[in-house]
Amino acid sequence: MIEHFLVGLALLLGVGLGFLLARRRRGSGETEVVHQILLPFTGSEISRRAIDAALRLARAEGATLIPAYLAQVPKSLPLDCAVPKEADRAMAMLEAIEQRASSQGVPVDARIERGRSYRHALARLLEHENFDRVVVSATATGTAGFSGDDLVWLLEKAPAEVLILRPGPADHRVLSVNGKGPAVLEL
Amino acid sequence: MESGRYKIFLGMAAGVGKTYRMLQEGHAEAGAGRDVAIGYLEPHKRAETSAQARGLEMVGRRRVAIREVEVEEMDLPGLIRRNPELALIDELAHTNPPGLEHEKRYEDIADVLAAGIDVFSTVNVQHLESLNDQIAELTGVRVRETVPDSVLGSADEVVLIDLTPEALIERLRAGKIYPGENIQAALDNFFKIENLAALREVSLRQVAEDVESKRLVYSEVEQVGTRREEDKVAADAPKAVGERLLALVRPQPSSQRLVRRAWRSAQRLGTGLDLLWVKPPGQPIEGELERQVTALRRLASVLGATFLIEEHDDLVAGTARVVRERGSTYLMVGESNPPKGFARLREPLPQRLMRATPPGVDVRIVAHRGLKEEGR
Repeated sequence: MIEHFLVGLALLLGVGLGFLLARRRRGSGETEVVHQILLPFTGSEISRRAIDAALRLARAEGATLIPAYLAQVPKSLPLDCAVPKEADRAMAMLEAIEQRASSQGVPVDARIERGRSYRHALARLLEHENFDRVVVSATATGTAGFSGDDLVWLLEKAPAEVLILRPGPADHRVLSVNGKGPAVLEL
Repeated sequence: MESGRYKIFLGMAAGVGKTYRMLQEGHAEAGAGRDVAIGYLEPHKRAETSAQARGLEMVGRRRVAIREVEVEEMDLPGLIRRNPELALIDELAHTNPPGLEHEKRYEDIADVLAAGIDVFSTVNVQHLESLNDQIAELTGVRVRETVPDSVLGSADEVVLIDLTPEALIERLRAGKIYPGENIQAALDNFFKIENLAALREVSLRQVAEDVESKRLVYSEVEQVGTRREEDKVAADAPKAVGERLLALVRPQPSSQRLVRRAWRSAQRLGTGLDLLWVKPPGQPIEGELERQVTALRRLASVLGATFLIEEHDDLVAGTARVVRERGSTYLMVGESNPPKGFARLREPLPQRLMRATPPGVDVRIVAHRGLKEEGR
């Protein structure tokens, strides 16, 4: 009789311990590592090569793509003020990136970040969230974008792996916004 | 005890004459035989305002120490003890120093009204919470002391003190608003024609909405009659009119598409946008959930939208409560995943929302991209 009781108790303890261990593991995040690939961009266009590279990486690693529009807030305005004009532009770009990502089965979690400069906005984003990789394009697409100094700064400061894409022949292919409505792929 | 009547003098900027007009009306009430006292007055060293206050009794202020500095504040207990028929209380958006009964003066005013005393008070439009971001963007100046819009909504009467931007600048140049040494700085910063014109437009629109909102409440009251029913109807009626859009979100990336759609619609309608998450009671906001909530909050801030978290165990009831409170006219929801098991027998969410929300609230469903693609 006592043996049956001890066996039953041992089984119960085993099940309970297993449950607790599983919970602890879940709580520590060991099984919930979320890979995140940041794709910051500025202005009203983004290199299609950068999007494709980020999407390829995200698909290969089962990661989430975080396209982030960096908005500049003039010094005359508070940094945390609403920026509807910038948001309008960002929305169209993010919608287009999400469409492209969705067609390739890559999950997307977009952001719009504000800063006094693009670098400041990027710094704020990196400060608030953790990313495994950052993909930026070194191509001079349009007037807005990251300067060489910004890229050097990113390499030095970003707490993540940084992938800077060399300028390439396909850099004239961009996602751009012309006024209202969704962004279009210009070839 | 019946609550006092509340009248607010709303202005587009400092110097339009809100306090002056409040004092003028205070004199008129006193002249008609009512017991009027000034609860708090901020004359800003303006001679015209100080002159207008003469002849009205002023309840003494109390001195409050902030660190090593003493400041004078409204004596709320003293005013309630004095118990006039009408109290004039300037600057309802003022923040009290720590240690007083309430953090904000509009909360002090609520106590005065609850004591059955009528109140006249003043506020500038940029202090209204929902307009704070919009005005900051229009003028480049953000006001830190804000008051909920419901304060204006709760007033029995709102009087707009209107002045053309040119006339206000003229008053400023004449030294009627700020002392001489500050005039140029004011002209260079806040007091620009374009700023004032924008503020004037916002103020006019705000009061027009307030008038319309009260008209709706009043017409309902007329049909019902008794005071108790009157209160009930007033509470059930929309607090604001004009379009107002509410998007039902969850703290997850897929909500972003819904937010984008909702924001575009709000832009087209020229209306405010609220994002609502109905959170199950007791659910801790931590880990990935916290990250997503923060992301939504930041997105709302970028868009000038308001992110609301309503703790409720029933999504439909929680949403309906917020719809009533915010006076929403459009409700946007994301497409639900196909129901499984017994959930198939349940009425779909949009229908339940339609039944639970006030008549006239449109429900719009935003398709989920993933679902569409799966369905191909």
